[in-house]
Amino acid sequence: MTTGSSSNTGPTHKLVEAGVTLLIALFGVIVIVGSLKAGINWGAEGPRAGFFPFYIGLFIVASSAINLWHGLREDNDALFAEWGQLRQVLSVVIPTAIYVGAMPFTGLYVASIIFIAWFMRWLGKYRWLTVLAVAFGMPIVTYFIFERWFMVPLPKGPVEEWLDL
Amino acid sequence: MEELVNLFHGFAVALQPFNIMVMVLGIVLGVIIGVLPGLGGANGVAILLPLTFSMPPTSAIIMLSCIYWGALFGGAITSILFNIPGEPWSVATTFDGYPMAQQGKAGEALTAAFTSSFVGALFAVVMITLVAPLVAGFALQFGPAEKFAVYFLAFCSFVGLSKEPPFKTIAAMMIGFALAAVGLDSITGQLRLTFGFTPLLNGFDFLIAVIGLFGIGEILLTMEEGLAFRGGKAKINLRVVLQTWKELPKYWMTSLRSCFIGCWMGVTPAGATPASFMSYGIAKRMAKNGKNFGKGEIEGVVAPETAAHAAGTSALLPMLSLGVPGSPTAAVLLGGLLIWGLQPGPMLFVEQKEFVWGLIASMYLGNIVGLIVVLTCVPIFAAILRVPFSIIAPLILVLCAIGAYSVHSSTFDVMLMLVFGVIGYLLKKCNYPLAPLVLAIVLGDKAEEAFRQSLLGSQGSFGVFLSNPLVSTIMILGLIALFWSLIQEGYSRLRSAATA
Amino acid sequence: MRRSTHLALGAIAALCTGGVAAPATAAWEPVRPVEFIVPAGTGGGADQMARTIQGIVTKHTLMKQPLVVINKSGGAGGEGFLDVKGSGGNPHKIIITLSNLFTTPLATGIPFSWKDLTPVAMLALDEFVLWVNADKPYKTAKEYIDAVKAAPAGSIKMGGTGSKQEDQIITVAVEKAVGTKFTYIPYKGGGEVAVQLVGNHVDSTVNNPIEAVAQWRGGKLRPLCVFDAKPMAYDEPIADGKAWKDIPTCKSAGLDMEYLMLRGIFMAPRATKDQVEYYVELFKKIRATPEWQDFMKSGAFNTTFLTGAEYAKWVEAEDKRHQALMKEAGFLAPSN
Repeated sequence: MTTGSSSNTGPTHKLVEAGVTLLIALFGVIVIVGSLKAGINWGAEGPRAGFFPFYIGLFIVASSAINLWHGLREDNDALFAEWGQLRQVLSVVIPTAIYVGAMPFTGLYVASIIFIAWFMRWLGKYRWLTVLAVAFGMPIVTYFIFERWFMVPLPKGPVEEWLDL
Repeated sequence: MEELVNLFHGFAVALQPFNIMVMVLGIVLGVIIGVLPGLGGANGVAILLPLTFSMPPTSAIIMLSCIYWGALFGGAITSILFNIPGEPWSVATTFDGYPMAQQGKAGEALTAAFTSSFVGALFAVVMITLVAPLVAGFALQFGPAEKFAVYFLAFCSFVGLSKEPPFKTIAAMMIGFALAAVGLDSITGQLRLTFGFTPLLNGFDFLIAVIGLFGIGEILLTMEEGLAFRGGKAKINLRVVLQTWKELPKYWMTSLRSCFIGCWMGVTPAGATPASFMSYGIAKRMAKNGKNFGKGEIEGVVAPETAAHAAGTSALLPMLSLGVPGSPTAAVLLGGLLIWGLQPGPMLFVEQKEFVWGLIASMYLGNIVGLIVVLTCVPIFAAILRVPFSIIAPLILVLCAIGAYSVHSSTFDVMLMLVFGVIGYLLKKCNYPLAPLVLAIVLGDKAEEAFRQSLLGSQGSFGVFLSNPLVSTIMILGLIALFWSLIQEGYSRLRSAATA
Repeated sequence: MRRSTHLALGAIAALCTGGVAAPATAAWEPVRPVEFIVPAGTGGGADQMARTIQGIVTKHTLMKQPLVVINKSGGAGGEGFLDVKGSGGNPHKIIITLSNLFTTPLATGIPFSWKDLTPVAMLALDEFVLWVNADKPYKTAKEYIDAVKAAPAGSIKMGGTGSKQEDQIITVAVEKAVGTKFTYIPYKGGGEVAVQLVGNHVDSTVNNPIEAVAQWRGGKLRPLCVFDAKPMAYDEPIADGKAWKDIPTCKSAGLDMEYLMLRGIFMAPRATKDQVEYYVELFKKIRATPEWQDFMKSGAFNTTFLTGAEYAKWVEAEDKRHQALMKEAGFLAPSN
């Protein structure tokens, strides 16, 4: 963590790790609840559906408890990441989330063109000509490879409907 | 040597100009399929299967099997360059292949991967040529208990390897098992852990998890460290191939061991995935510089690639001689055989000599053609790393999204992929190992299924796992692998006690 | 029927002369690629049939738009059925079904029924045969039944594909007829089940003919009886001079159970008459091709072809029967 960009503050490693551990424990609890629903005892055909997941859930919760204890006991003031770095990460995560969330409505192609163009223009600062060439070129190549050669239909939206592709 | 005569006849069939053309076409298509995440060998072959209808069966199977070889070769490319394994058996290749690429040794890693794949496949084909009937008999010995023992061995040879804290390893592996359990429980035919949520019916597909955890997670880590892919200075000329070749014979022992593991796993048929993990785990324990595994050791690329390709190739043997596919792709090829009116099984080798030996000859030739094709492309692949990050990153993200979508044609999976990406980023930063998690997703449900099938058959008695020499041997091997470090320590203590 | 053969011949002739076959009988035609959903994994029986159909359509240019096979196998096929159920009014989506059309909603509680879909045509019926290892002493179904009766309950292992699906339903019916208990072991695919029988890891199976025929020809397995009202129609010798036709019915051996698995086509809800008619004509053409007939022969399929009201009636009766069978066997999902 040497290439800090803006400031040298950020969430501590300890805090984030505790959070992650608690999330894992929560996942374990969900698994246990789901297993109880499916039945955890032995039935006529051997162990019921929830038998194994139940113990796996217990293992997750137990090892998370140990990890949490270890983590909190540790004397470690290191930063998880600086705010500037996290901003960088989020500058990919959030647009990707929008991209992924928009895909069922706009179709894959339109979403991809906008996403690639955004990424190259804002993060890469390329000339518009380059940006547009890549942003349109890639989905077009994709269309031919997937839909034409391999006949794998990809999600489509109103624009494709209108173009009758 | 009737076999040899048949084989030469087979070469004559495979060397017909039309068949050679079909072979090259198949390899190229296969490499494309292998490179695109989500398409994969099984899907690719299934998609192209109907297109081969108008060909003679021998040409058709040559084409389809060449697509298969091509996909096996191609799977390694994205694993090494971008940490995105396109197939389950390429996961182990990322462990050392990707660090090598980051150190500017992408060319070496790719050459090692392709060459090892070729060696593994060649070994398996020679085995098929010489001892096919014998090996087919061996495959019949494998019931549920034996299969469980094999999975047990795969897990054991892999755990205890990571340098991360043990309870984090356990937590990661258990998360994998839990994810593998979601969906339909194949023994009771009941749904579990879906909470009535329709998109979860399918469970968590390995590919989606791995594209997210490894691929997206890696892009996020790269973003954190500034906008650059390391490894841009990779050498991009063909000399790198020759230089790597000079180095490879040093690892003959690892190669040979991996060949045996691969053939065994392919025939039984547990498949290429346990083979690659097992081979990587054992190589790490046995190799002189095993401690450096995971940091970009070329031997760590050789071991899983050799085993995966040997398994992938030998998986065709039980398919041809028994009608049991050793891998998902073999399952699709099997369907192809039936469609062309060829009945796989004990009689195929007797009744359809021309077809069988043409196919075997094409395995030799197809792999040679494949090796030449991919090796000449090494500089091109390595040059991809020179493309600036802010161009390649969105393209990778879009390709990952397409890959995740095409696994089950579901946009929910694409969202899941992103969630896995964020999880992968967080877990990696918090020192959780991802490899055991992925191994558990891939093999978890299969291991559970075999375990419960065995217990059903034995009416609940655990004695079934020690009931015959074969299963006992594998189980004991597994235990040895699990406690290897303890055994090693005890051994060295004994020796020091003896010398003192 | 004769008209359709005629059409198909015409289609092939047109193909041979280089023209595009497009008999203008149906008022509706697909305008974009048709998705052919397979509610099972790649490489299984339904998948094989779907891809054979795709290949035949491509080879003989029976459709102007491509036919694209998509596997949606999640939740014992529930994923595929839900997808089609949710695509109401989309004529570019058809689904091939197997018995999981009836068993999946009952065993898992996934909310769909055949009534949510539009029936198109029954393509064929898949037979079930009782198989044992050829090394075993019993030569007839009766000898086998006597051996099962003599053995302690639960000690005879029956292998089958999937859990609470057709194979296990038949197993339960055999149990009832014989008055004993098997230990049923579910596997992922039919080919695997047959090989487990060859390796003596199970004692008997109820494989479809296509799954076990190779092992029969190789002298590893022996068919004892077929779960149908009459013997199969194919009289070409397969092994030891015996043909599919020579396998007696289970009923004649005292096992009163008949079971045939549907291989049929459905469309999404709210399909118009024209659209259904188009697909019916298409499948009639497919059935007339030599490739299809070879495929039927290799799997010893029962080639009954039904459409329209007759087909719907058959499906309805079969649905009722499955409900009764599954209820009796205790296979219903807990929430039902």
